[in-house]
Formats: sequence, structure tokens, C-alpha cells
Amino acid sequence: MAEVRDGLRYTRTHEWVRVEGDIAVVGVTDFAQSELGDITYLELPAVGTVVRQGESMGVIESVKAASDIYAPVSGDVVEANQAVVETPELVNKSPYDDAWLVKIKMSAPEELERLMDAEAYRKFLAETAAIA
Amino acid sequence: MAPQVTPLYERHRALGARFIEFHGWLMPVQYRGIVSEHIAVRTRAGLFDLGHMGQIVVRGADAVPFLQYLTPNDVARLRPGTAQYSMFLYPSGGVVDDIIVYYLAEGNEYFVVVNAANRTKDLEWLREHRARHQAWNVEIEDVSDRTGMLALQGPLAESILQRLTTQDLAALAPFAIARAEVAGTATLIARTGYTGEDGFELYCPIERTVELWDTLLETGEAEGLVPVGLGARDTLRIEAALPLYGNELGPDITPLEAGLEWVVRWDKGDFVGRESLARQREEGPPRRLVGFVLTERGGIPRTGYPVQVEGQIIGAVTSGTSSPTLEKTIGMALIDRRFAGIGRPLAVVIRERPVAAVQVKLPFYRRARRRSVTDSASEGGNGHG
Repeated sequence: MAEVRDGLRYTRTHEWVRVEGDIAVVGVTDFAQSELGDITYLELPAVGTVVRQGESMGVIESVKAASDIYAPVSGDVVEANQAVVETPELVNKSPYDDAWLVKIKMSAPEELERLMDAEAYRKFLAETAAIA
Repeated sequence: MAPQVTPLYERHRALGARFIEFHGWLMPVQYRGIVSEHIAVRTRAGLFDLGHMGQIVVRGADAVPFLQYLTPNDVARLRPGTAQYSMFLYPSGGVVDDIIVYYLAEGNEYFVVVNAANRTKDLEWLREHRARHQAWNVEIEDVSDRTGMLALQGPLAESILQRLTTQDLAALAPFAIARAEVAGTATLIARTGYTGEDGFELYCPIERTVELWDTLLETGEAEGLVPVGLGARDTLRIEAALPLYGNELGPDITPLEAGLEWVVRWDKGDFVGRESLARQREEGPPRRLVGFVLTERGGIPRTGYPVQVEGQIIGAVTSGTSSPTLEKTIGMALIDRRFAGIGRPLAVVIRERPVAAVQVKLPFYRRARRRSVTDSASEGGNGHG
């Protein structure tokens, strides 16, 4: 069963957000990495990029497939994790810790309300599994 | 229509497999992970369920002229108990299917293994040509539904399988086939495969498939034998530059374009497709299958992505992957032959961005071969084992 970590916010496209003041630390969930399999490539937005909630801001690619990474909140990218670009398999090994992807300085923190909490995301995953 | 499953479906589920639909079959794409399964086959051994593949028996007094007419390789060169890689071709020179033709030692039978996607089409093709030549004494039988097929591949495949059979495997050369019991099951053991490693393909009565699978996994467990899905089967065959029908081969691609002219035996007489191929050989094939390695990061070159030189589209990717063995991003592409050449640059357009690549010699991976009696006795050594 995929790990869902308490205290984080989640999107329906399987990104997570950890709020640190006005900064949103963003990654992809354990479920996402396990669905994709061995991650081989990441494309992250450059520092300074303005991203909008729900819009594609990068690409994550495994041997199996490529998918978009969607911005869970709007704002400015203030940091991108170069270590994970260099070593994409970090996403498989440590999706919630070492493999954070970007930090976004939020321009509309109220958007966080539209994201799921851990409990809602667990329920969402259970429903997704039931369909699949 | 609900996809078909093999007798091993419940086993795959219990092993935690993820499934994909592959030409009407629900097959495991991976168990533990594509990369770890790939490495297991390169360094130890892997077990594959290939129950989706088709098997057709061709027998009768005129089996040889019939197969000679329908395939470009020379069936007459096969000694009993050996096999060859071959194809069925359209009159245009395009490919109906790529196949392995085994000549069984007993019963004067040819056992033809075909792609799952092409089984129906192949049978129609064979029967149509059979009908046009009433005088030929040939019987065509589709035995796919009663044949189980497993592949045991990797450097430890021989030692694992040897513990379960009295057949002397060291004496079974690449592309040889023998009828033998494996753990009490009547099996055809062929030293063939689709991974670039040494190994075997095993054919058994379909009702014995689960038992054979279980016994093999149990026997090889201590040596690190793992089940392998279609995901790693694809990355393994790409490293070995083995063509996949629908990617490197198809109705619009000739064996000459795909770099498989060695399959065509010009000296053997007439066969379907010969005239077109001879003309193309004369003129030079317009396209050429090439191998490439990305020289910058940019993602995986996937099937159909455009290939450019100086901003001009010159072809398309047929297959690409991140190579676990080479730790490089590799691929094959069918390009305008004027741009083909080892060391020459090209660019693969990935998500609208041209990503730099350089052409390299195929295959990307070739296993280190021990020189031995069986190697020197092998048929041709064409890299399709």
C-alpha cells in the first residue's frame, strides 16, 4: 500500500505540498512513483518561473511513461532540487523527503484549501484503486 | 472484448505484477520493477511468461517448398533440431511478421513461433497461400491454444534448467531445439530468446505451464532467478537491438531497411517479396535503421518521435529507452539513409525540443561469449539468440 503522509496536502494528480510559512515544498507521492516505476528523467521549472495552480510545470518520466507535474499552488519557483534532477531514482527511494522537487513562494495561499488532506487523499486513492 | 489471460494470470497477481493490455492479452509488465528485473536477466536469470505468443505447426511432404516460398531465409539449411530467425513478407517486401522456424527432429515438422499481434493474420496468410497451391501436401495447424511458452534467460539459465532435465544442455547449441522432460513435463527446449543473453525458450502442454513455472522459480530462487515482465523484455531487447514487430518491422518496412539483409538468402530461389527486395537492394533502401545515444539530457525518445538533422525531419524513433546496462539513453530510428552513419549527429524531438544524439553501432549491448565447442558449432552466430 502506498504511503500517505499526515500533515501534507495532496492533489488529484498525485503531487504533495508541505507548507513552510509562505513557501510550498512540492513533490510527487509514493503512489505516483510506484505507478510510474523506475524514474529516469525529470524536468523541473527554473528558479524564477511563475507557475499557476493546476498547470503543468514539469515532466516526470519513467521507463514506462512520461507524465506532467502540475503546480499544486500558484507562485514563484524559488528553488528546484538539482540533486533529484541528477539522480531521478531518488523519487522512487524517498518521494516525501530527499526527492522534494521545487519550492514555490505562494502568491495565493488560500488555494491550499482546494487540496486534499491526508485522509481525503487516502480515500481518493482507495476509490482510484476500486475503478482500476 | 475482454483481454485474454494465460494460465499464469493468478500466479502473476500473487507475485504482485502490474498488468498491461498487449495486443488483446493481459500480461505482466513488471513485478518488482523494470530496472531490477532487467539487471537480474543480465547478471543472474529471469523467467518470462510468453503465453501470448503464437505457435503454428507446418507439416507434410511439401512443408519445405511451402516455407521456402513464404519466408526469405533458407529453410533447407535447417538440420533436424535447429532453428532460424525468419519472416513472412508481402510481395512489396514489407513484413507480415517476424518469426522463428524450428525444424523438429522427430516427425518432420516445422514449429513456427509468431507474434501475438500477428497470429490471426499469419494463419490467414499461410492458409491463403496454401489454398493457391492445391498440389502441395502441407498441413497447417495452429497449436497456440494448447501450447504454454516460458523463457528462462540469463547467465545462470543453463545451470538452473540443468537441475531439472537429463537433456545435456551444454550440448544444446544456440538456436538448437530438443524434446526433453523438464521436471517430469514433456517440453521442447530451445536455446533461443529475446534478451541478448544466453537462455532457453520452453514449450509445454498448456495445462502443465503453471507447474513448470512454479518448479523453475523454486529451483532458481537461491541463485536469484526472478519473474520478468514485458517492460524489461522490451528494455533487454532494445539493448540487444532485436527488432520488435510494429516498431522496427512492419508492412511498410523491409528487412533491408531494418538492417536484416542477412535473413534474406538470395541464392535459394523464389519467395514472396523477393522481386521487390531485389529491386530495393539494387537501388539502395531509402531508409536505414540506426542506433543512437542521447548526448544530452532530455527524456526518453519514444516510438514515433521525429528525428531531425539541422532542423529538417529525416525520420522517426522506432524504440527508445533508458538503458539500465549502459546507463545511457538509447534508441533506434528509421531515417533517410543519406543521414545514416556511425558517429554522425542527429536530434530527437522530445516534447517539441530537439535533443542531441549521436549514431552508434548496433547492438548497444553484446554479451561476453565464452568460446566453447557449442559456440563454434552454432548456426551463424547472428545475435538473435
